[in-house]
Amino acid sequence: MNAYGKVIKYGDNVDTDVIIPARYLNTTDKKELASHCMEDIDPDFKNKVEPGDIIVAGKNFGCGSSREHAPIVIKESGISLVIAKSFARIFYRNAINIGLAIIECPECVDEMDEGDKVRVDFDKGEIVNETKNKTYKASPFPPFIQTIIQNGGLINSIKNNAFGG
Amino acid sequence: MSAMTMTQKILAKHANLDSVSAGQLVLVDVDMVLGNDITSPVAINEFRKLELDKVFDKDKVALVMDHFTPNKDIKAAEQCRQCREFAMEMNITNYFEGGNVGVEHALLPEKGLVTAGDLVIGADSHTCTYGALGAFATGVGSTDMACGMATGKAWFKVPSAIKFELTGKPSKYLMGKDIILHIIGMIGVDGALYRSMEFTGDGLKYLSMSERLSMANMAIEAGAKNGIFEVDEITLEFLKEVGAKEPVVFKADEDAEYDEVYTIDLSKLEPVVAFPHLPENTKTFDQFDDIKIDQVVIGSCTNGRLEDLKVAAEVLKGRKVASHVRAIIIPATPKIYLEALEKGYLKIFMNAGCVVSAPTCGPCLGGHMGILAKGERAVATTNRNFVGRMGHVESEVYLASPYVAAASAVTGKISHPREVME
Repeated sequence: MNAYGKVIKYGDNVDTDVIIPARYLNTTDKKELASHCMEDIDPDFKNKVEPGDIIVAGKNFGCGSSREHAPIVIKESGISLVIAKSFARIFYRNAINIGLAIIECPECVDEMDEGDKVRVDFDKGEIVNETKNKTYKASPFPPFIQTIIQNGGLINSIKNNAFGG
Repeated sequence: MSAMTMTQKILAKHANLDSVSAGQLVLVDVDMVLGNDITSPVAINEFRKLELDKVFDKDKVALVMDHFTPNKDIKAAEQCRQCREFAMEMNITNYFEGGNVGVEHALLPEKGLVTAGDLVIGADSHTCTYGALGAFATGVGSTDMACGMATGKAWFKVPSAIKFELTGKPSKYLMGKDIILHIIGMIGVDGALYRSMEFTGDGLKYLSMSERLSMANMAIEAGAKNGIFEVDEITLEFLKEVGAKEPVVFKADEDAEYDEVYTIDLSKLEPVVAFPHLPENTKTFDQFDDIKIDQVVIGSCTNGRLEDLKVAAEVLKGRKVASHVRAIIIPATPKIYLEALEKGYLKIFMNAGCVVSAPTCGPCLGGHMGILAKGERAVATTNRNFVGRMGHVESEVYLASPYVAAASAVTGKISHPREVME
């Protein structure tokens, strides 16, 4: 599994209210929701995002509400991966549960700029900033979470009885 | 067997293990799975993929239609209809809408649906509120909610904890809200990330259940997995009063390990206000000058309980809301509404020039019932002041206690209650 795209960069504490404002949560239509992704922090997001792009952000990404709509709109927008210094815990769970790739890599965030081309090899746990010609190592997911991802999310894991019992 | 925190003991019990330690992954049985009108539709869509004809336990699922209700538009109405039809199909006992609905985290404790020792997951980040009752309660997303409804189980990484030893007696005008805002200001919005916040100490005896609920409610604003209070007489009395099921009391081991321990002397704390756009931006009144406001909101799962309204009534009695301010009061549940009516609080509010709303989350998340225009400022007893949270992206929310909010409604600027009361 790989990701390749340009960096779209944000700061610390990007909250779920700016990822998808609550005023739009009167629908579960993913396309409609995604048309408002990042609207309150970056009105230009929907014009600049291209399939495969990578969001790079500071600490505590996805803090605030438990709305699963937040990782859903990011994934639906074509983002292949979010790299952050740290993630808020509910966002972290939700991203895994819906199959949005996320990586914690505190050391690479500050050295990445908007527009950099980045390639990520999930199996090797390798992040390559092609623009800056720099390579980073990221820690792999624990086995339990790998099981969820390999099964295509939590719902499929249950369907496949992946946890046993 | 290693020493455990309160949280770890509850997780161990629900994982059918003798002991657990921080970092361990556990699969636990849940006592209650909660969702609201925003998160439940997504969960129901996921649940349908499992092709099941029933939920794991019809008495252990709660669907509370509180966020955009009374339905703010057609789409919101459709979402509630989806939840209503699902609840009927699955025979879900605890479905709340219309005249039965209150703000979920005020409603469930009031109905006795959560007790000490319980493990609760809710597709709402403020599910951590029930930690005030000595339960492990935490927010999850809609997929976790769907899986919880299907299997009665959830997975967790056992958290380590930060201990907050509260001592001393709070001074006049100091509320639980001020204490938790002070703590968030001190440790930051990710200060407790992935961890438990455990509240203990001899200062607890001065904190009513209402204060504790408002404090545990905001554990998530410090990034915590859960916030939990040691169970005492006040907890047990409350649980008895609301008719909750038999409490199971878990006390942290004497030698339990904590990442950090903070001792907080409540007698030294002053009312605080969290400035835009993060709950950690707390200031005491000597740290800012006059800030003119346009709106006051008193309500929400943080501060919409009877005690909160009592405090607001104390300030607003015989006074008038400043002419340029809209003061919106939202009793959190129908029971609180009725009690506030019987005690004369609602009359006081209306005589003062307030708007009194039916129970709803409404303006807290910028849904309806008090949205801010560009450049407007609100003092709110709610829990978040992120960019655009209550309306326009260039509006501002200042978080404060009901005392501060009511006083600010009278003066038209952010005010210490002393300014009005003395």
